[in-house]
Amino acid sequence: MSERRHHDMGGLDAGRVDRDGHDKAPWEKRVDALMVLLGKRKILSVDELRRGIEELGADAYDRYGYYERWMASMTNILLEKRIIEVSELGARMAELESGARTESP
Amino acid sequence: MSDHDHTGEHEHGHGGYDVDPSHHHPPQPDLEDTPFSRHQLMQMAVTGLLIEKGIFSADEIRAQIEHMDTIGPARGAELVARAWVDDGFRTRLVADSKSAAAELGMDIGPIPILVMENTPDTHNLVVCTLCSCYPRFLLGIPPDWYKSRSYRSRAVREPREVLAEFGTEIGPDVTIRVHDSTADMRYLVLPMRPAGTQGIGEEALAKLVTRDALIGVTLPRMT
Repeated sequence: MSERRHHDMGGLDAGRVDRDGHDKAPWEKRVDALMVLLGKRKILSVDELRRGIEELGADAYDRYGYYERWMASMTNILLEKRIIEVSELGARMAELESGARTESP
Repeated sequence: MSDHDHTGEHEHGHGGYDVDPSHHHPPQPDLEDTPFSRHQLMQMAVTGLLIEKGIFSADEIRAQIEHMDTIGPARGAELVARAWVDDGFRTRLVADSKSAAAELGMDIGPIPILVMENTPDTHNLVVCTLCSCYPRFLLGIPPDWYKSRSYRSRAVREPREVLAEFGTEIGPDVTIRVHDSTADMRYLVLPMRPAGTQGIGEEALAKLVTRDALIGVTLPRMT
């Protein structure tokens, strides 16, 4: 029998369910919209998104927030498919971080 | 993609990016001088690059966000209220939710949704143990608790205890069936019509049907 992977948590012990929610932040809604549009364009499927999330590893999986996992998975798969390149992504993130460029949408 | 190192730090909850500055964060030297988290920067960069490559436009992103904002549990509630007042519709909804919803001009989306009907003998509960699959086209974006480790882990093993945490008591003689959603199959609970609602119109009935009742963690009540 194969070993249980970190995302496969059905039946495990865990604490009480915390019913408090948070309103989705604008950036989280953008991640959601990004996924829907990439799905419609047949660039990224839900199964690929999930595969990417599962491949983040147990530590990142627990540490990242929900839409952080989505964003990391989507980015990795877009890089894997060469739809975007590591170099352009790195350059763009650095520009945004330094304030040399502001967000487009 | 490199990550900041802080093995042993597991204080983080699960509900998305934390914007509370008082909440303790492990040191993230690469983030100190920017208001944006690494993942926010990634989102901005990826979105910008994909727009430049002509994969979609900024307007399409905005339109999609607006569209998702309009989808909420009211759609699922409308289906349930119709099922309560129209037995034929109830039968069709349980048999084939896609065509039943289409009768009300509603599109349930590309993924099949099975409608699980509560009866005096059976209570249904929906979870996605592996991730967060959810009938988004009928309920909107899932609540944080639905995506939490505690709900995903425990709903399949101790559903009565989980339901009790939502203030829902299910009698010991009632079977609880837990449905584990997948990317290809989603579930919606069709609750029983509450007692004391005779003579109440369809629209008013729909208001009794909450998101949580459609997931199965609560029961609709006369308010």
